Amino acid sequence: MAIPKVLGTETEYGVIIRNRGHHHQALAAAAVIDGYPGGPVRVQWSYEHEAPGSDARGFGHENFGMPDPDSALINSVLTNGARLYVDHSHPEYSGPECLDPREAALYDKVGELVMARAGRVVQESLPPNQQIRLYKNNSDGKSSSYGAHENYLLSRRTPFGKVIEYLPTFLVSRQIYTGSGKVGSENHRPACSYQITQRADFFEEVVGLETTLRRPIVNTRDEPHGDPTRYRRLHVIIGDANLSEIQTFLKLGTTALFLHAMEDDALPSALELAEPVKACWQISHDLSLSQPLALSEGGSITALELQFLYLEWLSEYARRHLDHPVWTELLEEWEGVLLDLEEDPLLTSDRLDWTAKLRLLQGYRARENLRWSHPRLAALALQYHDVDPSRSIYHRLVERGAMRRMFTRSEVERAERLPPESTRAWFRGTCVSRFGPSLVAANWDSLLFETNHDGLVRVSMMEPLQGDRVTAGPLLGRVSDPAELIRELGERNG
Amino acid sequence: MADQEQGRRRRRTKGGPPSGEEDGAGLGLAQVDSEKIDDLLEEIDSVLEENAEEFVKNYIQKGGE
Repeated sequence: MAIPKVLGTETEYGVIIRNRGHHHQALAAAAVIDGYPGGPVRVQWSYEHEAPGSDARGFGHENFGMPDPDSALINSVLTNGARLYVDHSHPEYSGPECLDPREAALYDKVGELVMARAGRVVQESLPPNQQIRLYKNNSDGKSSSYGAHENYLLSRRTPFGKVIEYLPTFLVSRQIYTGSGKVGSENHRPACSYQITQRADFFEEVVGLETTLRRPIVNTRDEPHGDPTRYRRLHVIIGDANLSEIQTFLKLGTTALFLHAMEDDALPSALELAEPVKACWQISHDLSLSQPLALSEGGSITALELQFLYLEWLSEYARRHLDHPVWTELLEEWEGVLLDLEEDPLLTSDRLDWTAKLRLLQGYRARENLRWSHPRLAALALQYHDVDPSRSIYHRLVERGAMRRMFTRSEVERAERLPPESTRAWFRGTCVSRFGPSLVAANWDSLLFETNHDGLVRVSMMEPLQGDRVTAGPLLGRVSDPAELIRELGERNG
Repeated sequence: MADQEQGRRRRRTKGGPPSGEEDGAGLGLAQVDSEKIDDLLEEIDSVLEENAEEFVKNYIQKGGE
């Protein structure tokens, strides 16, 4: 039986300060991370003391409002177990490890709240004519892309060759419900008016290690953040950042389910495509969802047909092997989305970002008689992704009841403070809340405490499912300080 | 491919080749909740950022990941 698909997301946000001139992105990103007011305490992420970049020379005396790069906290762990840091000049929120896709979608949503709060703090330090903007999207429309990655726990026993054989077709075909929509094309792909995804144009290889250039459909980064003899962490880089909660749930849930079935050899065929890279952007550019894709074994198939097949196979698999209600909910949403996409893609505009945005752009374009290349359409498309509810077009649609939500505001706020309960993120986040001042550093698989008695002590967390509330709760309830915690852990292990 | 046929069973068929000039206008424009969108369209000009056109031209990011 496949191991549980512990999963989570990491999202790089677009950031810019209006009327600030060029070369400020790295410092703006650092200001966002440093400015986030959440939680009673934040702890330095260990090992990687990343510099905010080399753009400081562009500022000179204009540097006010920005943190001192030498003292700013730009790499931190939050009380909900997430990591908040600067990555390649973008503010990034990496959600905590979750046990099911619904929970992972909730913690992904928290990232938007974190960025919105941090943005408001930064705004207060800026001169009145400058305004910070943060976007949950993946492209600047000028051929620079930034990522929204997903992570899934795989068994080390699963041969990576199998991942390479099975995964590309699933990942490129799921784009029909994972895309956040984009005006035009980038990266020298054929011109189009509007396309399904933000990211497809940027994928140039089937398999590879890179994430910043010649991006691969299957990323081979092998960094398990856990016991390397037992686990792999599959790093999926091809997805879009989604505002729609249902869409994030679908993206994570269908992929987790696919990986479950793949590990159990329950997929009848790999359905390998003859040209996966070409299929990737062709699917994204085809709003009618009817593009035939050549199969390696001969014949052709559409992305929608592929997804109906996966739905069939994975429904059967889930029925036999998985009994948690989250999978029933997932399969119902998935089938509903595919049937609606087949009948008329715009029927999904209450659930999918790409169709919600398309519907709005079409309406505005018709009313104002604008060409697709008109900058006002690009501005509207960009503003859909603003994290601040007062400006976000996505948020306006939600307010009007034109888009469905999965989570209440209070659920999201609670998840901003508290970690998920079923993984080691619970132990990490709770230690940050309880013992923050004694925590010198933290990362995915360890915590480093400073104690009066023992000096620096590292607590290792190589098992993603250990440190959950049920098993670690009694221990943390008993101890009153880190020294006691270390002693108890020592006795337990000794 | 038997499995493939099975997968197709639950689908209603739909024809038409993909068009290179696709802009979504031919998609049938679902009318669900369209009044909610119409209201928003009325407001869009006041919702859009000041100087949005110029701003979007200047929105340049470094590649990430």
